[in-house]
Amino acid sequence: MTYAFAARPVIAQSAPVMTAEAHISIDAVTKIYQTKSGQVESLRPIDLSIRRGEFLAVVGPSGCGKSTLLKLVAGLTSATSGTISIGGKAVSEPPDGVGIVFQNPVLLPWKTVRENVMLQIRMRGLDPAKYADAAQRLLKTAGLEGFEKSYPWELSGGMKQRASICRALVHDPEVLLMDEPFGALDAMTREKMNAELQRIWAESRKTVMLITHSIPEAVYLADRVVVMSSRPGTIEAIYDIDLPRPRPLSVMGEPAFIRYTQDIRKHFFAQGDLDH
Amino acid sequence: MTIAAGGDRQVQVRTTKMSVTNILARVATSEAVKPLLLILVILIGWDLAIRMFGIPAYLIPAPLDVVEQIVLQWPLLLRESLPTLYATLCGFALSALIGIPLALLIASSRLIESYLYPLLVFSQSIPKVAIAPLFVVWFGFGMLPKVIVAFLLGVFPVIVSTVLALKSIDAEMIDLARSMRSGPLRTFLQIRLPHAMPGIFGGLKVSITLAVVGAVVGEFVGSNSGIGYLLQIANGNFDLPLMFAALFVLSMMGVLLFWILDAIEGLLVPWHESRRRDLREGA
Ligand SMILES: Nc1ncnc2c1ncn2[C@@H]1O[C@H](COP(=O)(O)OP(=O)(O)O)[C@@H](O)[C@H]1O
Ligand SMILES: [Mg+2]
Repeated sequence: MTYAFAARPVIAQSAPVMTAEAHISIDAVTKIYQTKSGQVESLRPIDLSIRRGEFLAVVGPSGCGKSTLLKLVAGLTSATSGTISIGGKAVSEPPDGVGIVFQNPVLLPWKTVRENVMLQIRMRGLDPAKYADAAQRLLKTAGLEGFEKSYPWELSGGMKQRASICRALVHDPEVLLMDEPFGALDAMTREKMNAELQRIWAESRKTVMLITHSIPEAVYLADRVVVMSSRPGTIEAIYDIDLPRPRPLSVMGEPAFIRYTQDIRKHFFAQGDLDH
Repeated sequence: MTIAAGGDRQVQVRTTKMSVTNILARVATSEAVKPLLLILVILIGWDLAIRMFGIPAYLIPAPLDVVEQIVLQWPLLLRESLPTLYATLCGFALSALIGIPLALLIASSRLIESYLYPLLVFSQSIPKVAIAPLFVVWFGFGMLPKVIVAFLLGVFPVIVSTVLALKSIDAEMIDLARSMRSGPLRTFLQIRLPHAMPGIFGGLKVSITLAVVGAVVGEFVGSNSGIGYLLQIANGNFDLPLMFAALFVLSMMGVLLFWILDAIEGLLVPWHESRRRDLREGA
């Protein structure tokens, strides 16, 4: 079934990205997990280039290998075959200029919000004094001013995830990787966070790879949306999102926006993943 | 403190016109009073049972006789509890100093775990009480055999809890540390160890109460001092009130040591779920 769709002409495939401007390039990457019960083929060959400063979103059904793809780019796991490079350097271990936001905030409960943000600096062995201002600025941008000395368990879910975004950005990485960062939040908080993330990104112009299972979130935030097929995951389609920026939340009601979400959703109908 | 709280309640009572039974119910449910109240109930039940069933004093002494004995023999009890306390603390310190590093080794490597853990479990199932006399043969009368028995009883919970605590860390947290390019030592000191602290303390608290038991067992088999020795003498003389008095002192020692550890834990791990209420109230 997957093959039938792979054979179909890919919709709205973006123009081939020139390698010169590729910041992250993923070449023929596959991943097979070795487990006790045998091999789990997680990713079929994936080819993808992400431009410098681009906001790329990846959507796909659960278990299609989105997290695996992100971990590969983050250097947290190694590819079975193929290569990944960031800024021309092959990724073999977690690279320097990368910040990650995980699905859970993973804040340390024994550290305050500020200490949690500064953890990125301490763990990397950087000079905390040099980054104190950056941390404060990020906390302010994220609306956490006044909560620097609070403990994570004193914060709401949205605030925790904002703190973890600050932590991912405090060392000023070139690349921001996010794995369903807002999945645990309610719809209202989520939209607010999306708007904030867009603003933070507009200010910093990082290269962003956002994994999400929310199609509106992907369309709202991204320059391009990658649609993955169900496991073993491979790229089924790539959509260029041609909506002017900055995008107000109200853009979600516009016909162009709705057309994008409908087009993308069709892939999941076709795959039988009606719940997405 | 309690008085102030009581006064507070009375004001509340007056304004809300609550009955006397309500006040009693509130005092009875306050944290500090609860265990004391239970002890009182047990003591009364104990006394009543002796009177009602006519249990002779050579089987179970009356609570008042025990209290009298505690007061009369206080200097003796205090003097004899010192060697027991000393053996307990030494055994406990050894449990922590040897147990925690062993647990670190076990948690850090599958290989070490597969060699060491089964052996430890096996050694744990040897009844310490049965081999305690052996230690007297090996190490003679006095402090050393007591300390060793206290250590042998106390070390196992430390190892088990610490291993479990070290292992039960989120894969995401380790991924986070790796993504920050942190080395193994820094990850251990900054993340793994603090994360394991509540579990380690859980083990230490079990360990200290077992160390008390170990010290007394050591005194049973080979010592001429300590609460365990006193218990044996009292037992030999059918001096049940003294025996119960010694048991009381022993339990108080266990409770006190447990509380001290609990307080240290409160200082070192104030962030744990079980402590957050205290933190909030303190703030
Ligand atoms: N560490 C692992 N060991 C074995 N299989 C794994 C592991 N991580 C993920 N998988 C498998 O790989 C597939 C893709 O997982 P994942 O990348 O987490 O998907 P997604 O994030 O899209 O839901 C799943 O079938 C999952 O069971
Ligand atoms: Mg995932």
